[in-house]
Amino acid sequence: MKQDIIEEITHDRSTGMTLIVKTVAKIMIAMMLLFGFYIIIYGHLTPGGGFAGGVIIAIAYVLMMLAFSRKVALKKLSNFWASIFDNLGMLAFIVIAYIGLGFGYFMYNFIWHGNPFHLISAGIIPLCNIAIGIKVGAALYAIFIGLSIYGRITTKEEE
Amino acid sequence: MLQYLLDMIIFALGIYCLIAKRHIIKKIIGMCIIEYSINLFLILLGYRMHGIAPIILPEMNNSYFAQYSVDPLPQALVLTSIVIGLGTLALMAAFAIKLYEKYRTFDMSEIHRLRG
Amino acid sequence: MLLFDIILIFMIIGTIIAVETKNMLSAVVAVGAVGFGVSLLFLYLRAPDIAITQVIVEVLSLIILIRVATHVDNVAIERRIDNFANMTGLIFIGLFIAFCIWAFTDVIPFANPLMRVSQHYLDAGLRETGAANIVAAVILDYRAYDTLGEAVVIFTSILGAFVILRSKGKKKLSEEDDITVGILEDA
Repeated sequence: MKQDIIEEITHDRSTGMTLIVKTVAKIMIAMMLLFGFYIIIYGHLTPGGGFAGGVIIAIAYVLMMLAFSRKVALKKLSNFWASIFDNLGMLAFIVIAYIGLGFGYFMYNFIWHGNPFHLISAGIIPLCNIAIGIKVGAALYAIFIGLSIYGRITTKEEE
Repeated sequence: MLQYLLDMIIFALGIYCLIAKRHIIKKIIGMCIIEYSINLFLILLGYRMHGIAPIILPEMNNSYFAQYSVDPLPQALVLTSIVIGLGTLALMAAFAIKLYEKYRTFDMSEIHRLRG
Repeated sequence: MLLFDIILIFMIIGTIIAVETKNMLSAVVAVGAVGFGVSLLFLYLRAPDIAITQVIVEVLSLIILIRVATHVDNVAIERRIDNFANMTGLIFIGLFIAFCIWAFTDVIPFANPLMRVSQHYLDAGLRETGAANIVAAVILDYRAYDTLGEAVVIFTSILGAFVILRSKGKKKLSEEDDITVGILEDA
């Protein structure tokens, strides 16, 4: 069922770019999302972190918007949900910071640090990475939606 | 010393682009160039000769790491600065689009009816 | 160090092309070349976190700049040449470089950093925070206020971009005045 819709969108010549771009983008978007989540989750062990992973996730959705059309991308993640995720990431970061206030001071690393070089370690740092990644990714996707919808320059011929 | 000077030449070219060019997109490009140059200068200040990246590997001794690693503090500050640069770039792009819609030109010397 | 200087000179050439070219699309592409050169230098200076972030941010900013720059008016305006601004800019470049040569004799030499605070982060970072990536430990544990401020700045810039881009408000002012939110005074 869902495969049919994807095939229909891919072979529709009226929207988006050509068939070659759509076929490559269909494979690449999944890989980019996976790589973005990997960069976010392993941010405290390897290079990367919330900022880089968040921008990768935003670029995956921007690629969807450029290769297919704006309608397809907005059906996957609408501008309403992008702003909701933006606010949720910000709120999660501040809530984690305020919980630390109960244990000592603002932004106190209150969770057990665990064994180093393991995935579950370093206290609040992976949680903060996830919150920042969601926040940055949703915010940059929202700003691209804004430039795409409202930022259309009308030339003199169109008027 | 030579590296600092070459970096500052890029900064001066960005300032020249801001002063002398009248196209709005050229001015945005000048801001981008200044931002690259400043980020690179901060990282240059923290480099240590034959250093290693500030990431501890499991087989690494902690005293060896503390002796040879580069400075992690400018890297942490520049990391936030880069993402802020993207946000300000989008804000400047929005301003440029609105100015074009109102005045039908990108030329700064013709946008002199600024009021209201 | 030879490779480092070669990439820096390549970046200077790219900057001159970006500043002086007439075509807007080639100016934007030249800025992209400068940005990727910066990310190569970050990788050379042992900063892999920033190299990854710079590459990705460069891609997104190129998309935004191309969208703004090349939709209309692809050619720069050069109807009359402003000699005063050109002379001011060139004099500024000369004075600035001379001042830099004088000032950099007192700056710490290259590849010998001052590490008064950072040495503590390197010594005790793994023990105090448990994170193997010291940069992540600095931005999210030691100096988390910076990250909080950065999140607020991104939030504000996106809010500003939306307010500027939307030419008409969602509701008209007369509709908004009819609905009173809160406690009614004359009830």
